[in-house]
Amino acid sequence: MLDKIKQFASEFFVTGDPLILGAQVSIGLSMVAMIFVLTYFRKWGWLWKEWLTSVDHKRIGIMYIICSIMMLFRGGVDALLMRLQLAMPNSEFLQADHYNQIFTTHGVIMILFMAMPLMFGLFNIVVPLQIGARDVAYPFLNSLSFWMFFWGAMLFNVSFVIGGSPDAGWLSYPPLSELSHSPGVGQNFYIWGIQISGIGSLATGINFIVTILKMRAPGMKLMKMPMFTWSVFSSCIMIIFAFPILTVTLALLFLDRFLGAHFFTLDGGGNPMMYINLIWMWGHPEVYIVVVPAFGIFSEIVSTFSKKKLFGYKSMVFAMLIISLLSFFTWAHHFFTMGSGANVNAFFAISTMLIAIPTGAKVFNWLFTMYRGKIRFTTPMMWTVAFIPCFVIGGMTGVLLSVAPADFQFHNSYFLIAHFHQVLIGGVAFGYFAGLYYWWPKMFGFKLNEHLGKWAFWLWNIGFYVCFMPQYFLGLDGMTRRTYTYDFDMGWGPLNLVSTVGGFLMGVGFIFQVWQIAHSIKFREADVNGDPWEGRTLEWSIPSPAPIYNFAVLPQVSEADAWWEEKEKRAASGKSAAPIVYEPIHMPKNSAIPFIISTFWFFAGFGFVWGWMWLTIPALIGVGICMIARSFSYDTDYYIPADEVKRTEAALKGAKL
Amino acid sequence: MAHAAAHSGEHAHDHDHEHDHESLKTFGFWIFLITDVILFGSLFATYIVLHQNTNGGPTPEELFKMPGIIAETFILLTSSFTSGLAVLGMNKGNLKQLIGWLAVTVVLGASFVGLELSEFITMVNHEGATISTSAFLSAFFTLVGTHGLHVSVGLIWMIGLIFQLRRRGITAVTKRKVAVISLYWHFLDVVWIFVFTIVYLMGVM
Ligand code: HEM
Ligand SMILES: [Cu+2]
Repeated sequence: MLDKIKQFASEFFVTGDPLILGAQVSIGLSMVAMIFVLTYFRKWGWLWKEWLTSVDHKRIGIMYIICSIMMLFRGGVDALLMRLQLAMPNSEFLQADHYNQIFTTHGVIMILFMAMPLMFGLFNIVVPLQIGARDVAYPFLNSLSFWMFFWGAMLFNVSFVIGGSPDAGWLSYPPLSELSHSPGVGQNFYIWGIQISGIGSLATGINFIVTILKMRAPGMKLMKMPMFTWSVFSSCIMIIFAFPILTVTLALLFLDRFLGAHFFTLDGGGNPMMYINLIWMWGHPEVYIVVVPAFGIFSEIVSTFSKKKLFGYKSMVFAMLIISLLSFFTWAHHFFTMGSGANVNAFFAISTMLIAIPTGAKVFNWLFTMYRGKIRFTTPMMWTVAFIPCFVIGGMTGVLLSVAPADFQFHNSYFLIAHFHQVLIGGVAFGYFAGLYYWWPKMFGFKLNEHLGKWAFWLWNIGFYVCFMPQYFLGLDGMTRRTYTYDFDMGWGPLNLVSTVGGFLMGVGFIFQVWQIAHSIKFREADVNGDPWEGRTLEWSIPSPAPIYNFAVLPQVSEADAWWEEKEKRAASGKSAAPIVYEPIHMPKNSAIPFIISTFWFFAGFGFVWGWMWLTIPALIGVGICMIARSFSYDTDYYIPADEVKRTEAALKGAKL
Repeated sequence: MAHAAAHSGEHAHDHDHEHDHESLKTFGFWIFLITDVILFGSLFATYIVLHQNTNGGPTPEELFKMPGIIAETFILLTSSFTSGLAVLGMNKGNLKQLIGWLAVTVVLGASFVGLELSEFITMVNHEGATISTSAFLSAFFTLVGTHGLHVSVGLIWMIGLIFQLRRRGITAVTKRKVAVISLYWHFLDVVWIFVFTIVYLMGVM
């Protein structure tokens, strides 16, 4: 009996590696610390009532952002471990299989559990405020999306200490990801972690499309919408078309592994190429899903800090919609070398290059907006300005990669690694950082310290070029991606060392950002009037942080930069806002169901991972019961009475003076 | 938030507002259906790519027994019709008719699922055709099974709705719920027509 338990425990927990042991100890300690703090300060009730069951889009947004920053830390540690391993030739810091696990988890975490939630966090915080709405279209579903993401991410992350991490790359190509090549549970964690959070992403896509189409303030025609909202809209269109494909792909891979199906196996008539096509039909749009909202952020910031209307509004909208369409016709550029033939390659090469046109148009629009503007170099603006050259270089190396014959040379080399990090870090990460700095006062009611922010900015930016520029040359020298070690005589040592130094500079940049947040919490620079940057769009017309109902009175809009127009009008007439008649406000009630359903999903996924049907089946029944319970509950909203709105507003105004 | 609980139900819901909310939900359901179209589209694409890879196992011609399939089709189409009748009843404000036709729809849907299951069981038991026999069968069981799963979920949902209707009668909320499920039901019907043509008809031709 005891032997059996020991045997089970040694398969269940990952043991032996000092890194993993360290992680286990620190996970254990931080859990104990958390439980202690929450109990000691009697915060369990508060946590449950104010956060875990909240359906308020602003709180959900904040929870997304907190998780995403934690994931940035985890993915960043993975990255630095890899860079340490590669710093010297013949290094023995990490073993080959460990290296495989690390690049796999790094890629998945950065894209799905760092970039996506950071993006959803900003969607949640900003979109309803920008369009003058009181909430998203489906607040309950919104909370469900968050918790599905959260538990999916947790499921993926526990693989590190329980059962073992996946190691077949961030897209898990078969046959590597099939049972024949990956018999352990790592791939199952991959499948279910992503599947569960993916359902949440899909729901968010639907939610925001409806929110943007149906919840805009009176007078806000589509062509008067702020640019960030447009970018969210484009991104959500891509989500609803791309994510169902991911759902299917992962389900099929799971059937292969679990029921011995033959979709992608090498025997039984399966076709691994089918997987590669399917996963990239999701994967390529996915990279645009995360980058397009960054374009929206830049547009907002450029126009605010240049004190000018965005140049070429219509062309910007058009460019974004075109990108979201074209992104579905380029997937095969990820496997030019896999023998689809010249005509197919030519088609995908051309469609890929076409994307450069709308993207270029956007870059010019930003430059023209800055031209002759009164530019203020605040941190959000600095990230935006730094993004432009970075993205231009990344875009150009991307066009080089899209030349099919050339790709036979660069394919799977460090040239590619440098390219995609340039667009993912320079475009996505920098963009979301800019957004975070920009909207931070709106979220929390205080500004982040600009001085520390500038340090973080320079460390990240210098570190970025030091890290990734050498990799273009390493790629041209023949260093392939996913290599875990190399010999002295390859001559790759010096450039790799430089690259590692750059990686660590970015790590220090991250530390500065954490310090910046801690410092700014301690020495609050309160945002007194809700409009710290002299903003142009509606979110700046209400106090920071916004009251639960956002707008005491729904605004009437006539221009794209609605708040700016309003301010101009007030300045011209010398009058302040018109007197307000308050009305009761209709709001959704909190609900515990999203949290509970998603926890059940976590257990169902965990059961699937280990093939424990005794766990999966009851958990899925739990999901079903929760859904029925929701369907049967009719008491889901309430009204905030007018005088309470009046009191809240008065208090907020009082605090401002 | 702190005041969330305190003021529940203090205000009578004004009806305009209610109506807005319900039409919002129907609209979102249309968008959900788009995502479901993509989901089935991916499964169809997989089936089309893999349907000839029988790996020495049974072929579609050997496997598909058309009379049973045609009966299934007939039953599902009829159930779509009866769900339409339910909506007609609702629009007339006739609760009895609404619930009655929904119940008929449930019975028809359940017999569809039953027939499909027995078809699957025969395949597995008599022909040794399982999901792991060949790529063709993996794709077949997954595509048709996913449709069947959708129908089953619809059944549970419809039964739940019947209970709600009995308790609450026809209100703005239940009206929307009926409209949404009948939309879903028609959608599954359309998907089935594709399954019937692409999988079964083209399989035996
Ligand atoms: C912050 C600094 C970062 C550093 C130093 C870094 C470093 C690395 C390294 C060394 C690899 C492995 C290359 C190989 O051996 O194949 C890698 C792969 C990857 N990185 Fe990063 N990375 C960083 C940030 C990011 C970000 C922000 C993203 C996405 C938003 C990202 C996405 C990926 C992906 C998708 C892979 C490929 C994984 C695979 O091969 O399956 N990285 N990164
Ligand atoms: Cu691509």
